Amino acid sequence: MRSVDELKALKEKVLKEMSGRVDNNMPTITVHMGTCGIANGAKDVLTAVVDEIKNKSLTNVTVAQTGCPGICYEEPVVTVAIPGQMPFFYGKVSPEKAKKIVTEHFVNNKSVQDWLLNSDGNSTKEISAINYFKPQKKVALTSCGAINPEIIEEYIAVDGYFALAKALTEMTPLQVIDTMSKSGLRGRGGGGFPTGRKWEFAYNSKGDQKYVVCNADEGDPGAFMDRSVLEGTPHAVIEAMAIAGYAIGANQGYVYVRAEYPVAVANLKTAINQAREMGFLGKNIFGKGFDFDLDIRLGAGAFVCGEETALLASIEGKRGEPRPRPPFPAVSGLWGKPTIINNVETLANVPHIIRNGAEWFSAMGTEKSKGTKVFALAGKINNTGLIEVPMGTTLRTIIYDIGGGIPNGKKFKAAQTGGPSGGCIPAEFLDMEIDYDNLIAMGSMMGSGGMIVMDEDTCMVDIARFFLEFTQEESCGKCPPCRIGTKRMLEILTKITEGKGTHEDIENLEILAKTIKNTALCGLGQTSPNPVLSTLKYFRHEYEAHIYDKKCPSGVCKKLVNYSIIAEKCIGCGLCARNCPVDAISGEVKKPYTIDAEKCIKCGVCIEKCKFGAVVKK
Amino acid sequence: MSCQCECGTCKSPQFELIDRIVETHKDEQGALIPVLHAAQEALGYLPEDVQAYIAEKLNVPLSEVYGVVSFYSLFSIVPKGKYKISVCLGTACYVKGAGEVMAEFEKQLGVKVGQTTEDGHFTLEGCRCLGCCGLAPVLVVNDNIHGRLTTNDVSDIINKYKEIKQ
Ligand SMILES: Cc1cc2nc3c(=O)[nH]c(=O)nc-3n(C[C@H](O)[C@H](O)[C@H](O)COP(=O)(O)O)c2cc1C
Ligand code: FES
Repeated sequence: MRSVDELKALKEKVLKEMSGRVDNNMPTITVHMGTCGIANGAKDVLTAVVDEIKNKSLTNVTVAQTGCPGICYEEPVVTVAIPGQMPFFYGKVSPEKAKKIVTEHFVNNKSVQDWLLNSDGNSTKEISAINYFKPQKKVALTSCGAINPEIIEEYIAVDGYFALAKALTEMTPLQVIDTMSKSGLRGRGGGGFPTGRKWEFAYNSKGDQKYVVCNADEGDPGAFMDRSVLEGTPHAVIEAMAIAGYAIGANQGYVYVRAEYPVAVANLKTAINQAREMGFLGKNIFGKGFDFDLDIRLGAGAFVCGEETALLASIEGKRGEPRPRPPFPAVSGLWGKPTIINNVETLANVPHIIRNGAEWFSAMGTEKSKGTKVFALAGKINNTGLIEVPMGTTLRTIIYDIGGGIPNGKKFKAAQTGGPSGGCIPAEFLDMEIDYDNLIAMGSMMGSGGMIVMDEDTCMVDIARFFLEFTQEESCGKCPPCRIGTKRMLEILTKITEGKGTHEDIENLEILAKTIKNTALCGLGQTSPNPVLSTLKYFRHEYEAHIYDKKCPSGVCKKLVNYSIIAEKCIGCGLCARNCPVDAISGEVKKPYTIDAEKCIKCGVCIEKCKFGAVVKK
Repeated sequence: MSCQCECGTCKSPQFELIDRIVETHKDEQGALIPVLHAAQEALGYLPEDVQAYIAEKLNVPLSEVYGVVSFYSLFSIVPKGKYKISVCLGTACYVKGAGEVMAEFEKQLGVKVGQTTEDGHFTLEGCRCLGCCGLAPVLVVNDNIHGRLTTNDVSDIINKYKEIKQ
């Protein structure tokens, strides 16, 4: 790629040639093939579509693939685009359904209204008008699920690489940095550090060699936006890294991806090769004498490697142990050279900001948190998926409008954000506007954007124990507060959930938490007590119930629950007794049965089997 | 490095393989981890002699190689079963009952997390978030992801991969 004109000409050509989704010439049927789609059978759906098109000898249909549109609860998703009509979105498509969709649309010229996601019974509406999408605003996820990630031309057709062109041909590095600063973009990897300022530090650091690193380690269990961006729009990350390289004066970049994301790695590899072939990576990009290239490095299953100094050690081929800062990586990073590290989602915003300007971006969001944020909505919620909303959206909008509320008519208890470093937001804060500062103020944090919804059946003490088990296992062991402190905290929490808690436990947890927070070496240790502190703050009564009453109010902690049969509800069918693996249930047919607490192993089979709701756990 | 197969003369094929792997990565900075990934992919695990050979080839101390292998949970120094069942124990999956699914696998396979069945067919593992939280609880068998699990699915999954045995 030697000039902007060449890029413009290419875009025109691509738009002309391209059938289907981006520019409507020929009907297209698209199967969404992100990891979650594939896990739900998208590959079989694709095969069925192709077979049916062959069977019916259809020639005027294009079959395409794309990434995840973010509607996980409806996977596998198929879209049909017909020139001049609203696109049709189908959810929960099976191979059989797929065949019917092909026949109806392309043989009978009809849609299947019953299966449509974007229909109000009779007519199709914009997909963005359905409840799930209405409050959303897509920036980082714009092209996810809209273009084929394995075809660079499709990215160019939606203005891909025009930001790089603009930066290289119309802006100085300082102007790029200034635009980033003015946009107010803050790091989406957890800390929320202003991106422009980070780039400026690296720009000002002297060095013959500098590096740009993309953090795609996505360690927060429950967050999957980085995976989706890499799978669905890898070129956006490549473009952003090249822009960052130009801004700080680096000509080599690394993307550090978790090995657990094979589809993301494959799509990224393809994208890098295509970008090289087209000259968006390599030497003398846009004829401006700027060289930049990228390499991928795979993680190997260590959460702490998401921390930036540990990540750098890992790229260098060492144990991923963090080191104290300063010096910050912007001064001394990879192999001692000035390095910037940015998260995938942060980077995915960059091309949009360069193209549309800082003001466009800073018009969205709250005073100190600009733009949008992607959240991975999971747990006890009807509509699970990947959503992107303006900063400042309330939790209520996310949980009820987008998420469709809690399944089975249960009550919302809390939403957990920030993963193992974060905390939970209880129901009384449903109307709080979500941004970096409000989350910190209430004892949680943004983290990478995992949002796990919990209902009345989730035990908050058990969740705190779960997170401590996680950090304790993932502690690299370098500093004693984290290595030993988290272990002690975990022991206390385990004791409490087993019904052996004593009155000094809560105080001891608080002392340990404070010590670890103040003395651990890196962010992993410093934030590890947060899940405990935040559950203690909002759900102290649950701790007390475990310790003093030896009861688990949510019925989760096995050692503290007892199963019993409500005599009035039991009709004496004996189904529970026949299914009990340890013969703990006995009784006479047509009379109420009883459970022997001594024998009961609390497996829960009886509750599952009883059709009359006669078995309860307390 | 002496011959590991029993012929006594040749260079074992596994070391030739590593020679080739090292060759492709030799100009990279920080090549150790990519080499270990490739070696484990090819051999299934990283026994001590392989680590020693890699150390020699890359000219780094064996202690450093072992330090790295033991630090990262994806590297294994023991052989794994033909099918690796990895149950996600990430937050979303845990909240949706992954713990019970894991317990059911332990029961039905007769092994604990991290162990391999006696016939070498299955290794049971826990992992942290496969990025499919929307389908929680989730597990992956080698490269195939299964989602929306309940304890009732456990025997079907075991049987499905048992049949491939024959
Ligand atoms: C224990 C720990 C784990 C982290 N994990 C991640 C991660 O998985 N992904 C990420 O982007 N940042 C992670 N971070 C934050 C990084 O250290 C770093 O701040 C971030 O990548 C910077 O990018 P940003 O400014 O674009 O957010 C983690 C930090 C800590 C302390
Ligand atoms: S928590 Fe299990 S896939 Fe994310």
